[in-house]
Order: sequence, then C-alpha cells, then structure tokens
Amino acid sequence: MITLNVNGKDHSLDVSEDTPVLWAIRDVIGFTGTKFGCGMALCGACTIHLDGAPTRSCVTPVSAVVGKKITTIEAISESEAGKKIQQAWLSLEVVQCGYCQSGQIMSATALLASNPKPTDADIDAAMSGNICRCGTYPRIKAAIKEAAAA
Amino acid sequence: MSIEQTNLTPKVVDDSSTKGLTAKGNARRNFIIAGAAVGGGLLISFAMPKFLNNGGSEVAKTKAEEVTADNVFIPNAFIKIGRDGKVTLVMHKVEMGQGTYTSIPMLVAEELEVDLSQVTLEAAPANDKLYADPLLGSQVTGGSTSIRGAWKPLREAGATARVLLIAAAAKQWNVDATTCHAEQGYVVNTEGKKIGYGELADAAATMPVPTQVTLKDPKDFKLIGTPAKRLDTPDKVNGKAQYGIDVRLPEMKIATVAACPVLGGKLASVDDSKALAVKGVHQVVKLENAVAVIADHMWAAKQGLAALVIQWDNGPNEKISTADMVANLKNASENKDNKSQVVVARKDGDFHKAFKASASQHESTYQVPFLSQAALEPMNCTVHVRKDGCDIWVGTQVPTVAQAGAMAITKLPAEKVVVHNYQIGGGFGRRLDADFIRQAVEIGMQVDTPVKVIWTREEDMQHGVYRPYYYDHLAAALDKDGNITAWNHRVTGSSVLARWAPAFFTNGLDGDSVEGAKEPLYVAPNMLVEYVRQEQPGLVTGWWRGVGPTHNTFMVETFIDELAEKVGKDPLAYRLSLLGHSPRAKAALTLAADKAGWGTPLPKGHGRGLSVQFAFGSYIAAVAELEIVDEEVKVKRVVAAVDCGMTVNPDTVVAQIQGGIIFGISGALFGEITTKDGRVEQSNFHNYRVVRMNEAPQIDVHLIASTEAPGGIGEPGTAVIAPALNNAVFAITGKRLRSLPIAPHLVKA
Repeated sequence: MITLNVNGKDHSLDVSEDTPVLWAIRDVIGFTGTKFGCGMALCGACTIHLDGAPTRSCVTPVSAVVGKKITTIEAISESEAGKKIQQAWLSLEVVQCGYCQSGQIMSATALLASNPKPTDADIDAAMSGNICRCGTYPRIKAAIKEAAAA
Repeated sequence: MSIEQTNLTPKVVDDSSTKGLTAKGNARRNFIIAGAAVGGGLLISFAMPKFLNNGGSEVAKTKAEEVTADNVFIPNAFIKIGRDGKVTLVMHKVEMGQGTYTSIPMLVAEELEVDLSQVTLEAAPANDKLYADPLLGSQVTGGSTSIRGAWKPLREAGATARVLLIAAAAKQWNVDATTCHAEQGYVVNTEGKKIGYGELADAAATMPVPTQVTLKDPKDFKLIGTPAKRLDTPDKVNGKAQYGIDVRLPEMKIATVAACPVLGGKLASVDDSKALAVKGVHQVVKLENAVAVIADHMWAAKQGLAALVIQWDNGPNEKISTADMVANLKNASENKDNKSQVVVARKDGDFHKAFKASASQHESTYQVPFLSQAALEPMNCTVHVRKDGCDIWVGTQVPTVAQAGAMAITKLPAEKVVVHNYQIGGGFGRRLDADFIRQAVEIGMQVDTPVKVIWTREEDMQHGVYRPYYYDHLAAALDKDGNITAWNHRVTGSSVLARWAPAFFTNGLDGDSVEGAKEPLYVAPNMLVEYVRQEQPGLVTGWWRGVGPTHNTFMVETFIDELAEKVGKDPLAYRLSLLGHSPRAKAALTLAADKAGWGTPLPKGHGRGLSVQFAFGSYIAAVAELEIVDEEVKVKRVVAAVDCGMTVNPDTVVAQIQGGIIFGISGALFGEITTKDGRVEQSNFHNYRVVRMNEAPQIDVHLIASTEAPGGIGEPGTAVIAPALNNAVFAITGKRLRSLPIAPHLVKA
C-alpha cells in the first residue's frame, strides 16, 4: 500500500509504485478534475502541485510523491493565488471547452504564488507547457495579469 | 443556474431517429424544403418541424410520458417547468467550448422572460425527430450551425411557453391576456397582480397551444446581444465539470486499446499471458482489428497493453505512404489520362475560350496536408452493455449516430440504447464520427461490467479521421486593368461527405469540398469550378474545424495575392477593386486593414498579409503581422474584422474568432499528418506541433454591427487565417509558398 496526501487528506492505495499520480488520483481516488491529455508531459493538462510546485502528474510515479503534499484543482481555491486566478478566469471569460483549464489554472497559480507581478516573458515561460487547443492563450495571459493586479 | 448531467430517458422513440443521416428521411419529415447539403457552412432553406413551435403530436407524446411533479409544464421538447418554478432547458446541441450552453439558453430565456440564473440545463437524449438541426437535418452539433439553426425555433419555443403561462394567469385572474406580461419568471398584470411560473405550471399545461407566436422586436432584446456570462465556466475552473472521460460508475473497469496500425488490417493473433499477469488487469478483449485490455485503472490497462505480443495482418495498405497519395491526387487533378471524373460545380460563360483569348494569364497549384484535430480530451467512451439494454456515456457531436451504431452491434431497439451526452473536451470535427463509440460498444459486448475505454494520445493521433489532403489548381485571365475575366478552380481531394452522409453526395459533387470555391468573393464573367474526387485507401478523412473553406480560402486568397503581384497592385487595393459587388466583405476588409495599420512601415524582417472570406454565413477579414527570425515564424499580431449578422453573445463571438484563428495558425504553420508503410508517423504533441502560449499572437477582433440574420462563428477564424499568414511570409521573403504547413519551408537546407 502507498499513502498519498491529496488536498490535505491521506489516501492508502493498492497500486504499483510506478503508477503515475494522474491515474492514482483519477481512477483510484476519484478526483477527476485533473485531466489526461498526452501521457508524456507534453500538454500540461495533468498539472498538479507537489509541495506547491507545478508538476506533470502523468509522468510522476506515486513512489516519488510519498510524504509530499499533492494539491489538485479541486482544492486550489484554498490558496490566495488560486482564488485570484479562478476569479480572473471567470471575469475575463477565459474558458472554452475547459478541458485544459485545470492544468492552466494550476500552472498559473504556481506562477502567481512565486512571482506576484509576472511579465509577459515570465508568463510565456511558465505557461508554454500547457496546450490549449481552443486557443484561449490571449485571455489566459490577460487573466494572469488581472489576477496579479487584484 | 446549474448544469445537470442526468439525462432524459428517451421515451419518445421513432424509428427514423436511428437511421442516421438520410436525405430521404429528412425530406419525408419536411425538415428541408429546398437544396440539400450538410457538413460545411452550406446554407440551405429550411422549415422546422411544426412540433417545435406549436406543440404537435410528438411534443404531446413527450408531455404525456415525461410529466412528473418536478416538470408539470412541458410546452415543447426544449422547456420543462416544475411547480417549484424550476426551469429546465433541454440542450439539443452539445457544449464543446463554442458557448452553445449559454447562447441557446439566451435565445429561450429572452422570449420566456427568465433570467439565465434561473435555468438548469440538461443534455438532450438521442432523438433526431425532436432535436434535429434544421440546417443539417439530424441531431448534429457542427458546421457552425448552432445559432443559425436555433435562432428562430428556440426563440419560438420560449415565446410559446410564455404565451401559455400568460394565458393561464389571465384565466386565473379572469382578466384579458393583453393586460398581462411576463418578466423574470413571473406573470404580472396592469393591476399589479403577480404570480410565479411555478404556480402557473399546472394550468399552463392545459392551455390551448397557439399555432403561431409573435417574437420580440430585436430592439426590445434584454439578453440577446449582451456579453452574458457563460453558464458552463464556473465548474470548469474548479474541477467539477464532468466530461465523458470523467464518468465513474459502480463496478466500472478501465480499458485502453490498440487498433491495427495500418488501416484495413486485422488482428492475426495475440499472446496475452504476460498482460493478464499485470496487477490490476482483468481481461483481454479481442476485436477483429483491435485488442483491448480491461483493468482496474488506466495505468494497469496501459501496462497490460504494452505486455501483449500482437501479430497484425496489415492488409492491403501496408506499403502506402503520403507520397503515393499525393501522386494519386496530382494524377487525378491533372487528368492527363482522361480517367478522372471531373464534376462541374459551377459554370458561367466559357472559361476555356476566355482564358485562351487573354493576353494575361496566371496559374498556380496548391496543396494542403492531412490534419489531425488533436482535441485535448482523447477519444473515450464508457458503455454498459447488458442483455436488456445498453447505456453509453460519451461526449459526442452526433448522439443519434452513436445510438444507431450501438443498435447495429447490440441488436437492441432504440429505446434500449441510451446515450448520455457529456460536455466535450474539444471536438473540432473529430467527434462528428462515432468510430470510437462503436469500438467501445464492441468491447462492452464482451465485458460484464460498465467499462470506460480511453484511447492514449498515440492511439488518438494515429487512428483519426483526418482533414483531407487537397490538391487544387487555379487559373485566371486578366484584362489590362487587372480585372478577372476568366476563373477556374479545380478542387481535388477525398470526399468526407460521401462517407459521412452519402445521401448528400449528389451527382458526384461534394458540396463541402467546394464551399468557398464555388462562390468565391471574386466574380468573373467566365467561371468554371470543378471537383475531382480522389479517395485515399490508407486513411479515413473527416471533418476538421473550418471544413471545406480551410482549403478553399487558402487557395483563393493566396491566388488573389499572386494576381495582385502580377498586376503590380497593393494586395488590399487590388481586393477592394474586385469587391464592389459585396459591400459586407469590403467593409470587413477595410476595417481589418485600417485597424491593422495596413501600409504603415514595419521593422525589417516583419510583414503583413491579408485574407477575406465569406463562409458559414459570416464575413471575416484578417490581417496577420509576422516576423521571421532564425527560420522560425513569429506571429506578432492578428487583426480580424467580422460581420456575422446579429450576435447573440458578442463576447462568445470574439472568443470563437480568437480561438479559431489560433487553431488555424497551428494548422497553417505546423500541422501535417503523414504516413509511411501505411502507418501514421505522428504520435503525440512532440511531433504534431501546435501553437503554445509563447507562440500565440495578440488577436484584436472587431465586430461589425449588423441587423442581418446570425451567421456561424465557430469556424470562420480557422479558415481565414492560413492565407493571411502565407501572404505575410511572401511580404517578408518575396517567396510564394503554395503548400502548407509553412514552418518546414523556412528551414534552409
């Protein structure tokens, strides 16, 4: 059994050590807000926070996160930066299909938490790992700036 | 408001709802009066079935069978009102990011006189009879048709309900209905009496249904035309939104699948002993052309799949490569052996005679590649197949096609096959096909529990339905002033329509393939537009955001730029000189150019290109500003001007244009699916590149106010942008590119 701490609560799972955190939290624990997009850390849809750091859960085995704090989109409103990002997302109507937005919000929240006044270049650097096929990038950029100003 | 994912049980069942897309069925049901074509933005005249607005027999049936304490007033297939005043709107279109779960409620709420915050949304069951799109003739979300098709009937649905509620109140108060009006979920009268819809619901259900209703004058709109907040987004920023891939059911297993890597191949044999030994793997299911591993979770399923030893019988396509396909297209287009079936889509005057007689001629050949939609939510479908029924949980653009496919496999009748439609994590045309749903049902036939089949990204990219490769030839003759005297456009490609809706492929002509070619914005006295169908054995081709116009606008707008160059005119001035007959196109082009600062100086290495289009019922012009640095294109800025008629939600229009343009930039700069030895070579986002945040330009969208009927808006941006980019590359490099994608052309050998 492996114990994962997700959103402040411990979960004991009977999975192999190489199981990616993505599938452990989606299929075993049952938090479906974190999305599967590529399985190769190419699209960012599966982004979670590991002790606050944005992490691609599709390539991170559960064995690597034992003893660390996992935060998913379901609990991101509990952080100040997360709440601001969510509000800015709604205020600027960023979202279209929404499938990538859990990952976008996790990446953006981590950026804002570590860099309260990000420049365009900072935003590009922090967000270019997150693909959005609907093309919401201009609004994501604007929303991060709005959240930073809030 | 809330969005409930629970579905109606489709109690109103009609055999016609299961026949998929048939012209005969549509004609019989009188959905389409004249003209017939589906798929693209082809506008056809239509009449909605009467039951949508006057409570005909079909609604009566629904009403009789659906009435519950929660929903006592069901004036039509779209509205249910309970005694508690709860208003439920049944969404006949699926939400895939385009905003239809907000704009369609806006249409209904405007006439029903309720706030958007008062409504609950529910996905419609599979039922062509109740929920067909009037432009497409079937329950389809696609072709940028949702608002065009819903604009009148959904307002009528709301107005009908309002009239009945007012009638019920007037009767109760014993006053004339003309002294009453509705507002915010209440009926009020001139004496100041006020009663809620919930209290009126029982009585309203007994009122005689009006045969026609008067719709609001647009000047009285309170909601339509406002940037109302989207109803679907709050749950999309907190992880609560449920897509098909998020379905969880008791006893459910997770499966992943490998289909034969060569299209048309079959499973020869499989050794599953190692797979079955993987912890969490329960079962290996063999299909004719695929193998699926059924497990407790996706990781176990993936590990199991990797442990299979599979022998494929690759079949007849195992040697086919993209080069073979292109050679076939070239032969078909050039028709040197006279074996091609060249279908005339349009003929005005005598092109050949005028072309030969002209002193100034120009010809070019253009190619655009196969493309994958690469929606971020990979194909997935959850099924529970039992002896007595089949439930399907999926995000689909075609619920009735999904249902029909499952009926054919399970041999169950329509009322036993229930499609629970979910919000879609990106459609872009891919989910207009139900291949993955049929595959899931076939797998489900062999599994005792509910099973969620999830394709890996690699499976998604390599077993897709791809935008066709088009090989087009254009020729024009010019007079001494540069006016076009003769115009020929020969489109060559595979026909999506012939596969997807064969009844609409008539007289050998694919109406989608020639949309934007048959009626380009430019006119000449001698016009010949031709279509040559050339199928590809190794790939299935399908819908891709922007459909036919994605290639025709690229061809036509690049060609017009070449003509401008030939006659020594500025690309903007030349286009404007040819667009006198189309004031809306001219206005869009003028506005885009003005806002983009067309003609003003740019730094070295920068350039602008423009493009203008009429498709999907909307006019759009775009100016792209590019920089080329180290063999890479940087799109600095895009300015778009749009005239899409009246807008329901202008902010959604802007979002769709912005997003459509970025989708189009990905395709134009990078997108290319190729095959070698019958196998798709791209597999994931490392070798099927798409635009990312650092590559996304600023996009300014300018809407032109209009009182014309609404046009489509999901696809115009995607189709218009490629030639603007290509023309900007020419402005920078002086080199004219005639094939996409752009990026590989810029890498020096």
